[in-house]
Amino acid sequence: MSEKEMQVYQKQEVRQAGEPTKPERYFVPAVDIYETDEAVHLLAEMPGVDRSGVEINLENDTLTIKGHKSGNGGSEERVLLREFETGHYQRRFTIAETIDQAKIVASMADGLLNLVLPKVEPAKPRRIEVQCG
Amino acid sequence: MAIMRFYDQPVFRNPWADLEKMRREFDALFRGGGGDFPARPGATVFPALNVAEDEHAIHVRAEIPGVKAAELDIAVEGDTLTIKGERRLETGVEKCSYHRREIERGRFSRALTLPTRINPEGVKATTQNGILLITLPKAEEVKPRRIEVKSD
Repeated sequence: MSEKEMQVYQKQEVRQAGEPTKPERYFVPAVDIYETDEAVHLLAEMPGVDRSGVEINLENDTLTIKGHKSGNGGSEERVLLREFETGHYQRRFTIAETIDQAKIVASMADGLLNLVLPKVEPAKPRRIEVQCG
Repeated sequence: MAIMRFYDQPVFRNPWADLEKMRREFDALFRGGGGDFPARPGATVFPALNVAEDEHAIHVRAEIPGVKAAELDIAVEGDTLTIKGERRLETGVEKCSYHRREIERGRFSRALTLPTRINPEGVKATTQNGILLITLPKAEEVKPRRIEVKSD
């Protein structure tokens, strides 16, 4: 790829509609969304989240991805430098395409969620012959 | 290769940094958010690092989702820790249209000046769920030592 140095992605905190009652923090994960003829692919950065911590929900046209971070660093440690914050992840998308919900595949590797949302096959036009009586 | 850069400011040498840190520790205390500090903004060199210490070691954490362990190159030289690597994410499809493209790809390198002397033999690095943890055991001479008080 390019020789340009990578920049730090500054995490944005989720602005929730309701007021949170737990002292938990949610961040917006960085995503890549691309579409092929067959499916919509989604890649989301969720470091610290393991397979069991992922929650995906597709309701009507709204896709919600959630990642629950498991475990925290040692509590006995004294912080010397803190450049990133840790917390859970949450993000919502509106998907225009019709998705075959039963065929959604999700995988998690190295803190990266890979989601494949296959499109529903377009209805094939059917010609109806009119028969003479 | 890109020129290696250190942190923008000398973090461990600045006498005001301690005061600033103390202020943030107090803020965290009153916020009651489980001792979570607000991160200091302005880190621009990937990856962002969290550094903590305990009695025996210094722990350096970095969020590097999508980077394979084999693509990482970590070295300690004197009191400088360098983290180099590359993030390659292949889609595996040729024809596609992007709706969002926020995840950066490419090479990165970062250097950090360690606050104390360490034992380079015992440095360990592991990745788990996209988080890199480097544990650097402190050198014997800088570990806290208990001194017994004797009375005659």
